[in-house]
Amino acid sequence: MIVIESLTKRYDSTTAVDAVSMVIERNSITVIVGTSGSGKSTLLRMINRLIEPTSGRVLIDGRDTASEPGHLLRRRIGYVIQGHGLFPHRTVAENIGTVPHLLHWDEARTRARTAQLLEALQLDPANYSEKYPHQLSGGQQQRVGVARALAAEPAVLLMDEPFGALDPIIREKAQDDLLDIQRRFGTTVVLVTHDIDEAFRLGDRVAVMSEGRLLQYDRPEVLVTRPANPLVGRMTGSAERAMRLLSLTTAGEAALPFAAGEQRAEGLVVPTSASLREVLSELLWRGSECATVVDADGTPRGQLTVAAILTRGRPA
Amino acid sequence: MSAAGFLLRRPAPTGGAAALAGIDRLGALLTLVGAAGLFLLPFVAFKANRILPGDPRALAQALPVWAAVGCWTTLAAVAAVALRVAYAPVRLAAALAGIVVTATALAAAANALTPPHNLIVRVAPGSGFWLLLAALGLLATDAITRLRPGPGVRVLLLALFLGITGLTLALGTFDNISVMREYAVDTSAFSLAARQHILLSLGSLAAAVVVALPLGIFCHRVPRLRPGVLSALNIIQTIPSIALFGILMAPLGALAAHVPLAAAVGIRGIGAAPAVLALFLYSLLPIVANTVAGLKRVSPATVEAALGMGMTRWQTLMSVELILALPVILTGIRIVLVQNIGLVTVAALIGGGGFGTFVFGGIGQAATDLVLLGAIPTVVLAFSAAVLLDALVERLDRVRK
Repeated sequence: MIVIESLTKRYDSTTAVDAVSMVIERNSITVIVGTSGSGKSTLLRMINRLIEPTSGRVLIDGRDTASEPGHLLRRRIGYVIQGHGLFPHRTVAENIGTVPHLLHWDEARTRARTAQLLEALQLDPANYSEKYPHQLSGGQQQRVGVARALAAEPAVLLMDEPFGALDPIIREKAQDDLLDIQRRFGTTVVLVTHDIDEAFRLGDRVAVMSEGRLLQYDRPEVLVTRPANPLVGRMTGSAERAMRLLSLTTAGEAALPFAAGEQRAEGLVVPTSASLREVLSELLWRGSECATVVDADGTPRGQLTVAAILTRGRPA
Repeated sequence: MSAAGFLLRRPAPTGGAAALAGIDRLGALLTLVGAAGLFLLPFVAFKANRILPGDPRALAQALPVWAAVGCWTTLAAVAAVALRVAYAPVRLAAALAGIVVTATALAAAANALTPPHNLIVRVAPGSGFWLLLAALGLLATDAITRLRPGPGVRVLLLALFLGITGLTLALGTFDNISVMREYAVDTSAFSLAARQHILLSLGSLAAAVVVALPLGIFCHRVPRLRPGVLSALNIIQTIPSIALFGILMAPLGALAAHVPLAAAVGIRGIGAAPAVLALFLYSLLPIVANTVAGLKRVSPATVEAALGMGMTRWQTLMSVELILALPVILTGIRIVLVQNIGLVTVAALIGGGGFGTFVFGGIGQAATDLVLLGAIPTVVLAFSAAVLLDALVERLDRVRK
């Protein structure tokens, strides 16, 4: 758990981050979203003390981050930046081994961990370990950047616009990978982005920042249904808020029990993980009224009708 | 080969022009130059003693007819290759064959013209010989450039060149040529000059690296200092070397006169001290400027990632920033080393020693051969340093990319 207590950063006359307090739950993804100059990156960098706060403090699992030298703190916290920042003169394996090397892990342990991470990110270790960053595609470089950040098994992973340099199709894949990785390793992720769609897609909780202040910090559906102020409303997009709300609920959560004798509905079959927005879109396209929700084994779990979905698009 | 190679790297002849003549334009130029050297200018100069003006002799006058005809035939074949053959290895082989024949002809001419056991007579290479050698040298350089050899091969070629030259000199092949006569007069003076020359160039370079590298890092970290430091070093660079030696003589002389310790460690107004100090000052700008440029080239994201993962500032500097900047920094060091090897020659004027002692001695005595005894090793030394450091830079850059 990360506790941020009235964290402030001032430069001469400007205040980059203004008394931000928030609590970040363990094993969750928290997304800090805001326009450029909102102070979101500064806030993130104060967590690993790449930027020293003017006042306020950060506690990770109850321990004040100021109680140890900054570089030792940073070895315990994963860090991913836009444009990956891989070392061009080191191989993929050497890049990933950076923090284990700093922590004096033995060779075998580092190698095993590197292989595990490369596999988790769908890069064959035999193929990629000895490659240099310039020999990889943009998406592969980004994944190696994530592997490098996770190498020393950090409990916390900080990501600053990690997908900003990727084209839209690869970006979506990278976001899915991040969700998988987070579930698999149980890492606490704090991610900064200017992309509100990315924030809603990834965040268990979303913090909206503007001009150094934290405007609202809550679950995504609360940001849509009850924005704390007009600026948050504008950012979450009032024209799209119903669709956004639908995209936050999965078919599995919204599935209705079958009516008697209606076990095997014809037509559209959707997985439990699909969002209501996707199901609605597909139903409209086909001109159907009803879809069957099945789990990973293909067992029917319930059904969804257009009418049922539409009620979900209204604030509760 | 780098400087000459760069000048020669011209666009390939356009299809139309090539088809029109089928003649290599550079080959045509070099053939004209070589032929002019061979037929219009004296191949050797025969002197009754070392300071008399030479008596020009053409190749045919210096060698038996069969030998002269053999030379002409070989050089004609080289010219044919230069004009018509585009395949670089053949061009290189032809150029090297031409050089070997020309050098052998020079040695043979010297042997033929020198009466037995006569140490007074001098046979010097004539302007025709130099022109021919330059044409063949350019042909070889152009061929090597076209071959695009890797750094290892270039160093190997250099070693081969130095080895063969050294071997022929050791075997006494060229002993009757005037420059070698000057060498034979005092061989220990030559090895002393060689040691001084290398020591002065490398010593001033080492001192400059020790100061300039931290200064460059500092300028990179504190951008406000950059313009001031760089323009101060720029001003030093514009002072002519002889003037700088003069400027340094007075304060160093005073230092030696008033501080016994300074005098004890060998600091004097003339000699090595002002020479090393001046060379050191000249060396600063290229190294500082290239260190700043090299560090600037390192992507800020890479540096941020290094710090973000828990490297200390020092670790980031040593294992990321400097490593990535190294090829550019080494390019600066290469500039300095080649520049110093040349400038050390001037240091002889103030008693610094080195090959310059022969150059200025030769000028004073009007003995061209003695000037060449200083100039030729200086050129070979600078050329070798350039090839070695270029190869090193390229090798590092290749690892990086």
